Amino acid sequence: MGELAAFMILSLVTLIPAVVVVTSSNIVRAALSLVPTFLGVTGLYVMLQAEFVAGIQVLIYAGAITVLILFVIMLTAGGTGARTRQINEQVPLGAMAAVWLAFVLIVIFSRTVWPVLAGALPAYNVIAVGNAFLTDYVLIFEVTSLVLLVSLVGAIVIARREE
Amino acid sequence: MPWFIELLKATGLAVVIFTFLAVVSAMFGVYLERKISGWIQARLGPKHVGPQGLLQTVADTVKLLQKEHITPRNADALIFNAAPVIVAVAALLDWIVIPFGKFGGRVLVVRDINIGVLYFAAMASVTVIGIISGGWSSNNKYALLGGLRSAAQMISYEIPLALGILWVAMVAGTLSTVGIVDAQVKQGSWFMFKLPPPIGWFGLPFGILASLTFLTAATAEVNRVPFDLPEAESELVAGYFAEYTGMRFALFQLGEYGEMFGMAGVATIMFFGGWTEPHLQPWMWLLVTLASLVVVAVILFSGLRQTLLVRPILILASLGFLLSLVMFFGSRAGLSPVLPSPVWFLTKLFALVFFLMWMRWTYPRLRLDQLLNLSWKVLLPLGLLNLVATGFVLTAWGR
Amino acid sequence: MQVGLTHYLVVSALLFCLGLYGILTRRNAVAILMGIELMLNAANINLVAFNRFVAPGAVAGQIFALVIITLAACEAAVGLALVMAAYRSLETIHVDEINLMKW
Repeated sequence: MGELAAFMILSLVTLIPAVVVVTSSNIVRAALSLVPTFLGVTGLYVMLQAEFVAGIQVLIYAGAITVLILFVIMLTAGGTGARTRQINEQVPLGAMAAVWLAFVLIVIFSRTVWPVLAGALPAYNVIAVGNAFLTDYVLIFEVTSLVLLVSLVGAIVIARREE
Repeated sequence: MPWFIELLKATGLAVVIFTFLAVVSAMFGVYLERKISGWIQARLGPKHVGPQGLLQTVADTVKLLQKEHITPRNADALIFNAAPVIVAVAALLDWIVIPFGKFGGRVLVVRDINIGVLYFAAMASVTVIGIISGGWSSNNKYALLGGLRSAAQMISYEIPLALGILWVAMVAGTLSTVGIVDAQVKQGSWFMFKLPPPIGWFGLPFGILASLTFLTAATAEVNRVPFDLPEAESELVAGYFAEYTGMRFALFQLGEYGEMFGMAGVATIMFFGGWTEPHLQPWMWLLVTLASLVVVAVILFSGLRQTLLVRPILILASLGFLLSLVMFFGSRAGLSPVLPSPVWFLTKLFALVFFLMWMRWTYPRLRLDQLLNLSWKVLLPLGLLNLVATGFVLTAWGR
Repeated sequence: MQVGLTHYLVVSALLFCLGLYGILTRRNAVAILMGIELMLNAANINLVAFNRFVAPGAVAGQIFALVIITLAACEAAVGLALVMAAYRSLETIHVDEINLMKW
């Protein structure tokens, strides 16, 4: 009962600001609405017993990516005034596509019988994640860090003002 | 419904602790700040309300409560009103993972979650959202500049901060705050001075480097001088909270001081042994006693007697005198923890807070480019090198 | 009623479709990036939920969620840098006005 209530509240905290994100005509409000969405997703991670992912989610998404987005919105203020038209002429088409996809996905998800296993996650989540990263998934780890480095350098080169 | 009662209990506990923290950290913090700035600038500081001006911040809070809430024209009212709440709540949520001491067999902490210090860093990074949204929604160029500066600054300094946290997590082998203190108890020394045996004292340079990097980054993360560009009074009026009045302004102050005390608390836990007593021999305590006596004598029998500095130095010296005397006789008598552990935690916490305030009123402000250079070209490479070197030493020598 | 795998999948599907709607209807490049972030979050919820319910012995799903968070950070950095570059040379970040390559 308590679990269901918590799940419902967290889902609403995730989904209602997400609606604001995609519909608000004020771009800064839309960007700030990302924060409760990310925090709601964090709550879902905690409910799924993935504490480490939850901590990283707050640190990276709420703390860094949102700020980066706000920063760029404010640096490009000329093109993003609150009075500018924010939506294109594809609204009916986009809404139809989104609703149709949601319908199909939900039908598929509820019809499928998932091979659910009863069992407990490793109690000390962080150690399990760290061990997995440095043993079974070390190649992914290395490649990801390489991608991170390349994209960092790339972002700096692209965004730098030409002398 | 047990979950309902659990929720009620958690909420009640949170309200009690947050009220206490708000009172202590914001009111006492502001009082200390004004008093210490007075000492450093050879003035008296608040003096009239209450004994030694102790009730000055209470009076200020009452005054702020009566003030009108002004929302500037063309400001985004919703975001404008939400921003101070975000800052204050994020700062107070830091405190959930900070253990105050050990009472009986029980650790005094709201929740010892297994991602403790990571949670702390995450909450500290949420603060910037409140600051940047407050700066933007004020519809004021100074506030916007302050908000953008703070965004650049806090994003940059989060990385050295996280490197310091990683260093401690690597040495202690856990992210839990209680676990970190327990690891320091186990090795019988602070992480600032020693690494786990058999490395011991050879870990001194790594520990000092890590703690200095962390403290510098923490000072920048809470926007204090010498890193207070977001609210630089002489350039930006008051930065991101220039347009705020009354209690919303007070909430920003609460957030700032709550965050500062939180940073000092987490630094205490990670590098200075948390609630444990310093591991000194009785004769060392006697040396401290003698040193404070010498300081008092020099102050009283020299020309310094005439200056306004005499009172604060006397207070500090007599505090050190009393503490070391108690510790000397206590440890001679064979008491294992001489003083209760919360006393030690609070002593270390306030020593760090005093250090931060001392820095604030002594150093000039950096320029923005110097600030970002310090983070990206000094602290980040130093922190990374330190992390790699410590990891190498731990693997090759210890464990 | 117990919260099961399907609940999480439905929430993530809704979040994904909201992100899709944002991408299809927004003119502003930054807003499109925000839609992409929503979709990545939806994918992450899926991975972590499958980890919890289908393979609770391992942490593979969480590993992939962490990798996706990292890649989302890369994507945001590069994407926003591109937006900045486009704004600097074209003085607009509305994707329907950036049509230099359209013949």
